[in-house]
Amino acid sequence: MQRSTLDLWVGLFVMAGIGALLVLAMKVGNMSAGGNGASYQLVAQFENIGGLKPRAPVKSAGVVVGRVSAIQFDNEKFTARVTLNIDQQYKFPKDSSASILTSGLLGEQYIGLEGGGDPANLNTGDRIKQTQSAVVLEKLIGQFLYSKAADGADKK
Amino acid sequence: MIHKGLSIRGIGARTIDSVLRLGYAARFIARTVMSSGTSLRRPRLVIRELYFTGVLSLIIILVSGLFVGMVLGFQGYHTLQTYGSESALGVLVALSLVRELGPVVSALLFASRAGSAMTAEIGLMKATEQLSAMEMMAVDPISRVVAPRFWAGVIAMPLLAAMFSAMGIFGGYLVGVVLIGVDEGSFWSQMQSAVDFRNDIMNGVIKSAVFGFAVTWISLFEGYDAPPTAEGVSGATTRTVVTSSLAILALDFLLTAFMFRGL
Repeated sequence: MQRSTLDLWVGLFVMAGIGALLVLAMKVGNMSAGGNGASYQLVAQFENIGGLKPRAPVKSAGVVVGRVSAIQFDNEKFTARVTLNIDQQYKFPKDSSASILTSGLLGEQYIGLEGGGDPANLNTGDRIKQTQSAVVLEKLIGQFLYSKAADGADKK
Repeated sequence: MIHKGLSIRGIGARTIDSVLRLGYAARFIARTVMSSGTSLRRPRLVIRELYFTGVLSLIIILVSGLFVGMVLGFQGYHTLQTYGSESALGVLVALSLVRELGPVVSALLFASRAGSAMTAEIGLMKATEQLSAMEMMAVDPISRVVAPRFWAGVIAMPLLAAMFSAMGIFGGYLVGVVLIGVDEGSFWSQMQSAVDFRNDIMNGVIKSAVFGFAVTWISLFEGYDAPPTAEGVSGATTRTVVTSSLAILALDFLLTAFMFRGL
């Protein structure tokens, strides 16, 4: 075989291998940074985030409008401080509310944004004041048992 | 050589033989690595071998990767839809390919496609006394023939495994999203949030490099050690495929136990 053809094939082979690795890193793995730049950040404080993870979707009316970029623990308020990356093209009023929801019974958790009625919009760095924590199953069962017990006590 | 029956003497002879072979193999790989200076000075030798081990294995690797991914898509969908979590199909396909199936299956294919060819080539070179002729001409056959093949195998294997995984994920996408109709957004986004670059992808690359090392070592040694007869070469080729496959599976278990213990 000609030397140049051989070189060409080996070159293509190596390029394809490195290309496959890059595809794995960018498209499959989480190497690519959270957004494409055209986004703004919002902050929301939650009492309990349940199983929310970074890069979880932020949805409004079921449409993905952004992603969770960071989750920290606020050691002064003892709450979770969640930073959201919202796509630049979506604007939300100042009095919007955020809640942590679950897709399906066992699905992943995401943040649901509900628009309010304020004429002014949220900007970069603003805080979403109304938040609703994730539903913790144990607390729910506890409340249910408690209310059942209270009902029983009333009837007597 | 002592007749190897089922006697105590036979067991002893077999044990001593295998320990001796293991020692030869270790010395062989040490000599190969030590005398890889020629491969560095003349990279063209390695490039030539990269063509034979890497480029010519490409078709079988890509086609198998595609089909493994497509089957994973079908089977994964079938199981996941029972729990109503079809959106996790991307995670299932990507993680199983990147962590396990990519490195392991491509190494098994590499052993049968390229490893057996290396053994047969070197065994035949030995049988036709080409290696002795090189020694007569003061050319070290290890540095001229063995070391370039060794490095080509070690370089080609991670690249082939990466291509296998990428192709498999494409196959899973074809079946899951295009054919069955799983939501494309959740397919990719759940995959991206679940697959970690360092923990999953890099560990897969390390695995495939270790497999490449093991497979090339076994096939080169079997070829170099083959009895210089037609029967000897054919036996060595068979042993290459069997031993490499067993070594890949055993190493995979060990590496997985170390890498993913905390996960």
